[in-house]
This record gives sequence, C-alpha cells and structure tokens, in this order.
Amino acid sequence: MDKRVFFPSKTVPLLLLLPQLVITLVFFYWPAVQAVVMSFQMEDAFGTTSEFVGFENYTAVFTDPFYYRAMGVTAVFSTAVAFLSLSLSLLLAVMADRDIKGAGLYRTLLIWPYAVAPAIAGVLWYFMFQPSLGLFARMLRDWGIDWNPLLNGDHAMILVVMAATWKQISYNFLFFLAGLQAIPKSLIEAAAIDGARPFRRFWTIVFPLLSPTTFFLFVVNIVYVFFDTFGIIDAVTGGGPAKTTTTLVFKVYADGRLGGDLGGSAAQSVVLMVMVIALTAIQFRFIERKVSY
Amino acid sequence: MMRKQTRNGLMASACVAGLFLAAAPMAAQAQTEIQWWHAMTGANNDVINKLADDFNASQTDYKVVVSYKGSYPDTLNAGIAAFRAGNAPHIIQVFEVGTATMMAAKGAIKPVQELMKEAGETFDPQSYLPAITGYYSTAKGEMLSFPFNSSSMVMWVNKDALKKANITDIPKTWPDVFEAAKKLKTAGYATCGFSTGWTTWANIEQLSAWHNLPLATKANGLDGFDTVLTFNGPVQVRHLQNLVELQKDKTFDYSGRTSTGEGRFTSGECPIFLTSSGFFGNVKANAKFDYAAAPMPYYPDVAGAPQNSIIGGASLWVMGGKKSDEYKGVAKFLTFLSDTDRQAKLHIDSGYLPITKAAYAKVKASGFYQQNPDRETPLLELTHKTPTDNSRGLRFGNMVQMRDDWSEEIEAALAGKKSAQQALDDAVARGNQTLRQFERTANR
Repeated sequence: MDKRVFFPSKTVPLLLLLPQLVITLVFFYWPAVQAVVMSFQMEDAFGTTSEFVGFENYTAVFTDPFYYRAMGVTAVFSTAVAFLSLSLSLLLAVMADRDIKGAGLYRTLLIWPYAVAPAIAGVLWYFMFQPSLGLFARMLRDWGIDWNPLLNGDHAMILVVMAATWKQISYNFLFFLAGLQAIPKSLIEAAAIDGARPFRRFWTIVFPLLSPTTFFLFVVNIVYVFFDTFGIIDAVTGGGPAKTTTTLVFKVYADGRLGGDLGGSAAQSVVLMVMVIALTAIQFRFIERKVSY
Repeated sequence: MMRKQTRNGLMASACVAGLFLAAAPMAAQAQTEIQWWHAMTGANNDVINKLADDFNASQTDYKVVVSYKGSYPDTLNAGIAAFRAGNAPHIIQVFEVGTATMMAAKGAIKPVQELMKEAGETFDPQSYLPAITGYYSTAKGEMLSFPFNSSSMVMWVNKDALKKANITDIPKTWPDVFEAAKKLKTAGYATCGFSTGWTTWANIEQLSAWHNLPLATKANGLDGFDTVLTFNGPVQVRHLQNLVELQKDKTFDYSGRTSTGEGRFTSGECPIFLTSSGFFGNVKANAKFDYAAAPMPYYPDVAGAPQNSIIGGASLWVMGGKKSDEYKGVAKFLTFLSDTDRQAKLHIDSGYLPITKAAYAKVKASGFYQQNPDRETPLLELTHKTPTDNSRGLRFGNMVQMRDDWSEEIEAALAGKKSAQQALDDAVARGNQTLRQFERTANR
C-alpha cells in the first residue's frame, strides 16, 4: 500500500522543512560561500582592510612547494588510517559478533573511544609516547629503538596514524557489527553444512554481503581523515617535525589561524572542498559498482 | 507527568532569568564595565584576579571583569575574532611576538600613550626598563601598549648533577656547556646532557641579540615592516652545527618548539636547560634538587659578547572603537597597575620581571635579590649593556607562524636531513616571504 501523504498546498511542507533548511543554509552554505569570497581577497588579520586580488591566492597555493608536500602527507596519512581503522574494526566486529560470554561488555567497551574528543585522544597518545615521560616510549627505548617523534618524521607519522585510527575504530566497529548482525544466519549455516571453513565462509558470504557497509564506511572514513583529524594532529605533533605530519586540513588551520593569512587559507579550503567532492564522486561512480546491495 | 515537569522546569528558569534581567541594569547603571582578556594560568591567574578585585574595591565607578581565553595564540585569535564580530574587549593581553600584528592593525587598537594623554593620566615611557620601552614603542618613540608581564631567557642548572659529574663551576660559555654536557652524559645523564625550550627564541633570537648580531635589517624590524631577515650568518650557523653534532649522541637533545619540554629539567632528566625566567614558579615547586638560574652562555671569540638579552612575555593592548567614558576607566586601571609598590609585589609574587626602573630599585633595596639571586639573573642579562639595534628587540609580522617555519628548519637540520647552513638559509628565505606578505597587508 502506498503510504505517501499529499499536502493541499506547498506551504505546510515548506514550513516543516524550514528548520532543517535554515540550519543547512546558515551553518553549511553561508560559511562555504564566505570561504569562496575570502579566497579572492587579501586582508589583515583584523579585517580592517581588504583588497580583491583575483586568483592570486590560488596561484600562491599552487606554486607553494609545501602545499604539494602536504598533499603527499595527506595521501599517506589517509590511506594508512582508512585501511587500518577499517580492517581492525572489521576484525574486532567479527570477533565480538560471536556468541561469547560478556559480548555486551566487550561491545560497549569497544564503542567508548568514540565519545572521546579528538584533542583529548591526541593528548592521550601524546603522553603515552612522549619520549621522556611516556610509558610506551620508555618501553621502546628499553628495546633499543631510538623513539623520537620530536625529530623523526616517520615516528611522528606513526603516532598520529595510531591516534587517528584508534579514534575511528569505534565508529566503524558499530556499523560493522550492525552489518554483521543483519546477515541472515541461515546463509552461513548452509555454507557450514556444505563444509566451508570459517575463513572461506567469511570471504565468500560475509564480506560480500557486508560490502554496502564497507563502502559507506570507506567514504565516511576518507572524509574523517581529510577534515576531522585536525584536532589530533594539532595535539600530538602540531604538524611537525619539519611538516612531516602537516596534512592539507592542518595547513589550512596553520596558515589561517596561526599565520593570519586568511585569503590563502580560504583558497586552500576551497581547493580541499573541491578535492573531497571529486573524491566522493569518484568513489560513488566506480567503487560503488562493485557493491552488492 | 513528563510534560508537567518540563513546564515546571521552564517556569523555574524563566523566574531565574527574570531575576537576572532585573538585577543587571541596576549594576550597569552604577558602574562601567571594563573587559580584560588574558592568557594566564595557575598562580599567575590568581595574581590577575587579585589585581582586578583590588582595583574594583578601590573605587566605585568602574568594574574590571577578567576572562581567561586560553593560551597566548588562542587569546590573540579570540580578540581578533571578537573585533571582527564587533564586540572586542577593552583590554587584551598579547604576547610579545604578536606585537607587530597588533601594531599593524591601526584601526583596531588605541595607542596606550594617546589614551593616557586624553584621559589626563600621567604616563612616562621612560619609567620602564629600556629593553621594555623599546620593544613596545613605534619607531617614532610612541608607546603603543602597556608592558605587563615580561621575562627573559636564562640557563637553568641542576647543581646536584654538576656535583655528581665533578664540575665545580657553572659553565659560562657555550664551549664550557658542551664540555659539561659530555661529562654529565658519562655521569649518568645519558638521554640529555643539555637542552632548550622555545627552540627559535633560544637558538636564533636570543643567541643573535646576546652576541650583538642582527636578526634582520631595520633594527630587527623595529624601524619598519620592510625588514629583511639576516640570521643565517656564521655564528648562528656554527651554533646550529654544534647542536647537530651533539644531537647525534644526545649530549644535546631537542625538546620541542615551546615550553612543553621544560619538564625534562624539573624531572632531573636534563641537567642544563635554557628557557624562560618565568619557568621559576615551576622549578621552585617541582625540582627536587639544588638549582640555579645562570646567564645564557656565549661564544667567547665573538667580539662584544655577551651584549644584552631581549624580553619575552606579554603586554596589554587597548582595543579601538570604545566609548570615551570606558577609556577613562581603562586609563585609571593602567595607572593603578603602574604603582611602584604594586609592580614590586607583582614581580615577587608572579616570577615575572619588575618592569619599571623604580620597582626594580625598590626590590633591590629590600635585599630580595641577596636571598634570591636567581631572580635577578634575567634582569642582569637585560641590562648588561646599553641595547643596540641588534638587541633592542624584534618586531616581525606573522611571527607565530614564522617561528614554526624556523623550528621546522632547525628540526630538519637536527634530524640530519639538511646542513646547518642550508637550514638557516631556508629559514631566512621562508621568513622573508612571510614578511613580504605581511608588509603588503599591513601597509594599505
């Protein structure tokens, strides 16, 4: 039966939509338009004077060698975080989905980190791996590893990847668990009767049936890595040492807030916005085809 | 049931709101409020609150309201955002490296000297220590902000550690420090012989001033925004090269860009540590060993070294576009802060420097420094010689970001990715780019 409701005029539906539309316009579209406008201007930090400079900010962005370096850093960082957080949370979800004692407790504990603010998560990891105070840093040093994220770029990158991954695992876990629980038990049991081992059952039945969830999470994770990891990077490394952990979004912040270059920062964020839109479009166009709903 | 509760709750909050609404205009009529935004935490936060309370109790026309706005960069950014939104505070505490940013914002600030003159309050820039007046005045000599908390860089030394390594005298020169650090390393301080906080402040800015070497043209930027950086000279390169060599076996060990590594001194890990004299409160509270604050080391073969150190810390800026009645209150409050007794007490309580000549003389006369010689070290450094164009101070636009850029180059050199010369050449080149961009937005 068709449950569609018909309104006599357009006023009522518009009124009902209005709050959401207003929120979207005020909090999403208006700032985005502001960013585009600012990206064509050059002004001092206080905004007392501003000058229209055309595409000069964009030219500056694309001729800045550090911008390309930040792109490289972002590529490494996002691939590592997306891959690790997706695979680890899938593993955890598969483990927690079994009938074991205290499954509810494990699940709750695994979801907890999601409630931790990014900056707090960053500080937590910073302290654990701080070369002279950190518990784990001392352990690594005792094993003869010269752990020093203050000077060694690879160590700093490993640290922010770990923190960002840890923060995202809970979210992915939640969706994977729901996805797993939606898979009909009968399919798996049938395969088991046919003699398929657990690993084979997972690859041929569970993983393909989970693909819509995986795809959704993949898109969400990429957006997360591009935008939301800024707090973690700020707290753990501040983009250092020598810009080895300066991602595109952190550069937007550093140039705009710390450097007072609002025009250049706005231009970068517009470019970043276009990049993420393009990336998401590509994902939907090409990867989604492989998804079986 | 649920609904009733909600309604009762609403009624209650409405009543409370009504009470506030009724009370607020009464207070506002009687007193003019003056907003003061600051970045002080811990013991220094208490000092700020006490100052405001004392001022509010001393008269009835004005009420100073203090708000903590986070770290120095956070406070500056909060002030900028508030100004753009049209509700800036009256007074904002800005750290020394934000000075150029504030100075360039002509319409956004009210020069303190002008404010005091208009309000008929006495204000003499010459009453401050010269190193301080120079830092906060324009090239023409007009003082734009009100010096509040100042510090300088000193070398904190763990005397117990020196004893353990059989070092009798506190090292005075850089070669002495390197020698001492090597001995300390063999005596058990394996992970860090010596280190510094605020890496660029220590190894570029103070180093240059202390050796009477220019950081940049135009008196380090004090005489104009068209300044060009020049700190990639032989002494600075040699110093960085020394650090690079010593980093290899951790005779020197890098401790980050800001004050975050300071705990390595108080924990006993790094027995020699160059950082702000404002670190005093922490050392006093946490160091479980005998310590001293010694003057910064120097290279004895550099002619004229040591010269004098430059200040750090913050000053109070008065924001523009306020009512003249409010400015009167601000001026009264600044006069209140200038009082010699108050300045002297502030110095003793907070660990920051006495900023007026009178306060310094008063504390000195009281015999305070005989019991606390560590507290005079930064003052002796600041006043060691008459400041030259290389040591009066520095004023660079976008300094917060520029310090990050310089730190990156130092980090690259210490990690062995670049030579010391290359790193400083690149730091200068990147800094000059930033300065030109700032000059462009500042001069319109």
